[in-house]
Amino acid sequence: MNKQEFTITVYTENHIGLLVRIATMFSRRKINIESLNTSPSEEEGIHRFTIVINEFEEVVRKLARQIEKQVEVLKAYYNTNDEIVWQELALYKVSTDEIAEKVQVERLLREHGARAVVIRKDYTVFETSGHREETDKLVAVLAPYGLIEFVRSARVAIIKASHGFHEKLREFEEATPGEEQVENEFLNKQDSVFTM
Amino acid sequence: MMETLVAKKETVEKQTQTINGSQAVLEAFVAEGVDTIFGYPGGAIMPIYDALYDYHDKLKHILVRHEQGGIHAGQGYARASGRVGVVFGTSGPGATNLVTGLADAMIDSTPLVCITGQVFAHLLGTDAFQEIDVINITTPVTKWNYQVTDATEIPAVLAKAFYIARTGRPGPVLIDITKNAQLQQFEYEGYTPCTHIRSYRPKPIVRKEFVAEAAELINKAEKPFVIFGQGVILGKAEKEFKAFIEKAGIPAAWTVMGLSALETDHPLNVGMLGMHGNYGPNVLTNDCDVLIAIGMRFDDRVTGRLDKYAKQAKVIHLDIDPSEIDKNVKTTVGVWGDCKETLPLLTKLVEAKQHSAWVQRFHDHMAEEVKEVIHAELNPSGEILTMGEVIRNLNELTEGNAIIVTDVGQHQMVACRYAKFNKTKSNITSGGLGTMGFGLPAAIGAKFGAPDREVITIIGDGGFQMTLQELGTIMQNEIDVKILILNNQFLGMVRQWQQLFMDKRYSFVDIASPDYVTLAKAYRIEGQSVSKREDLHNALSTMLRHKGSYLLEVMVGKENNVFPMVPQGCSVSEIRLK
Repeated sequence: MNKQEFTITVYTENHIGLLVRIATMFSRRKINIESLNTSPSEEEGIHRFTIVINEFEEVVRKLARQIEKQVEVLKAYYNTNDEIVWQELALYKVSTDEIAEKVQVERLLREHGARAVVIRKDYTVFETSGHREETDKLVAVLAPYGLIEFVRSARVAIIKASHGFHEKLREFEEATPGEEQVENEFLNKQDSVFTM
Repeated sequence: MMETLVAKKETVEKQTQTINGSQAVLEAFVAEGVDTIFGYPGGAIMPIYDALYDYHDKLKHILVRHEQGGIHAGQGYARASGRVGVVFGTSGPGATNLVTGLADAMIDSTPLVCITGQVFAHLLGTDAFQEIDVINITTPVTKWNYQVTDATEIPAVLAKAFYIARTGRPGPVLIDITKNAQLQQFEYEGYTPCTHIRSYRPKPIVRKEFVAEAAELINKAEKPFVIFGQGVILGKAEKEFKAFIEKAGIPAAWTVMGLSALETDHPLNVGMLGMHGNYGPNVLTNDCDVLIAIGMRFDDRVTGRLDKYAKQAKVIHLDIDPSEIDKNVKTTVGVWGDCKETLPLLTKLVEAKQHSAWVQRFHDHMAEEVKEVIHAELNPSGEILTMGEVIRNLNELTEGNAIIVTDVGQHQMVACRYAKFNKTKSNITSGGLGTMGFGLPAAIGAKFGAPDREVITIIGDGGFQMTLQELGTIMQNEIDVKILILNNQFLGMVRQWQQLFMDKRYSFVDIASPDYVTLAKAYRIEGQSVSKREDLHNALSTMLRHKGSYLLEVMVGKENNVFPMVPQGCSVSEIRLK
């Protein structure tokens, strides 16, 4: 098994300090976080972390359990790229003169699915979203025309096989879990990638 | 005035009373049944100490000499009593001094609630006097931590703190309370204990099918071997554990943290695992066909080289912490749950058996270990005293009924190997973190946690010098703790490694000692020092008969080594007897 890209999705309470608690899980093992996004989730009051790392699956599995163990974490999932739909947003600032003068720039942007967010006399800001290779490609294309600024967001991802967090949350809210509730489902499929 | 507050909560109409945040903290303690607090005051926690002034009849406060002493005392209290230890410290240095103890409690799963004072909320982040970002410093070493800036949060946060500290796999919780919140008056509605947090599942539902799978493996096994840790003690499952091994007839070895969960003399107790554990349990780990791990976490000091650890065996792992299952050793069957629940289920399903021939192999290995190591350690022929013979003499006097608190190093390993235990919660030591300086303050806490029991702390000359300021705490509170210093005039364990693995290049392990007896005397603690065999037994007996604290220094061999030993990076099969 080689290192590969994994996307870890963590459902948490929205509490101050939790970011550090989760981040230390990675830093203590000297793992670099490639991208990290925190946002609301489909459930009101529940936060969703999306973390991308390059690691061995064995390590990711242990990490996910150690993250899930944190008191304010409800659930941690990890997935390979095949199992998710994901996007990253990128912004590019280029000189408006360059665009106006060189028509092919506009064509290039269109070919890359870019859209103008702001057009000013001095500069224009374009936006694209997609996988990293796609947003990177446009950087390479724009470089010769004087790319003034570039920024890319963290990955956001939807797990293909997930039914969302609604039901899980109802279960967690029960003070005494019912017999039918399966909490330690990871024991069923120790080797499977999705869910722990 | 305050005693009515808890009762009031139970009346139908919720009556409120105006109190301040500090009083709310202490009300929470009273409601949680706290009887002893170990602490040290300072500027940012003064309002809580001011409130404490009025609670002296309900809450005992022990003024320690250093916050590290306070938290180790809290740990000793928790380990001896099975309850949550409670610690106070002020902001800044008071809080940072708690860090070692928090880390120790975290890795050894000790339930603690630590309260630190913090600067006023409006000063947070301004580098105010004695301001430190306690929450971020302590995040990796706490099970949970939280900063309170508003007094109205205090009852619920404290309830959560106690609930989290003691449930599931226990651990330390730190609550940082800003000074304004301590002073703030609010309408107090009484204390409601926490019983549920939606993001926290301390007690999983036991999956019976995995218990059944485990039982099937055990029933088919010819050479099953149980290894157990502190989980049995934390789960208060000593009886359930004994019933299980007795019915299934399985030999059982304890980890350092599992010591005293079963009596030493139990016929199925085959000794200690790990680097300085017994010969049989280490060697036969790589011979058993089913390895049943109960409430232990396969620490590297237990497993030695992992890729040569129990590879031939099917592994069953019972643990309450799901992140421990498959962490270090791949299991065949993982049983996630409280062993208080899982063990009886397993016992019901296992067949009554006796594995006499298999158990005999542990005895045979023990006989070899006695011949090669133990006899000479416990009954040395030379003039020089050994640590082992001190423990043997101590066993003869205590008969295994005392609480033994150890520090870290050679004396700790020798005490763990040879001390006799009849009762659970009798071994208090720093296992996972290996914190030198743990012993003396932890013994203080243990005495408050189990006031009816004899508490003996066995400490090396190195570790004692790390926290000896707590002699002041012993003096002031007249705490009946027996201090037994095994002085080999070296940092013995490091020296042993330097001798064995670094060509005897003794680099800074030669440590000088003060006159400990005179030192004790300065603290009005009686004591003596012995170096001759003929004086040893009497000296120990004098110490134990003495009313109140006593310090006994025993001069032992300078360059004795602890054996057997699994050298670092080696397989448990490669354990050395010399």
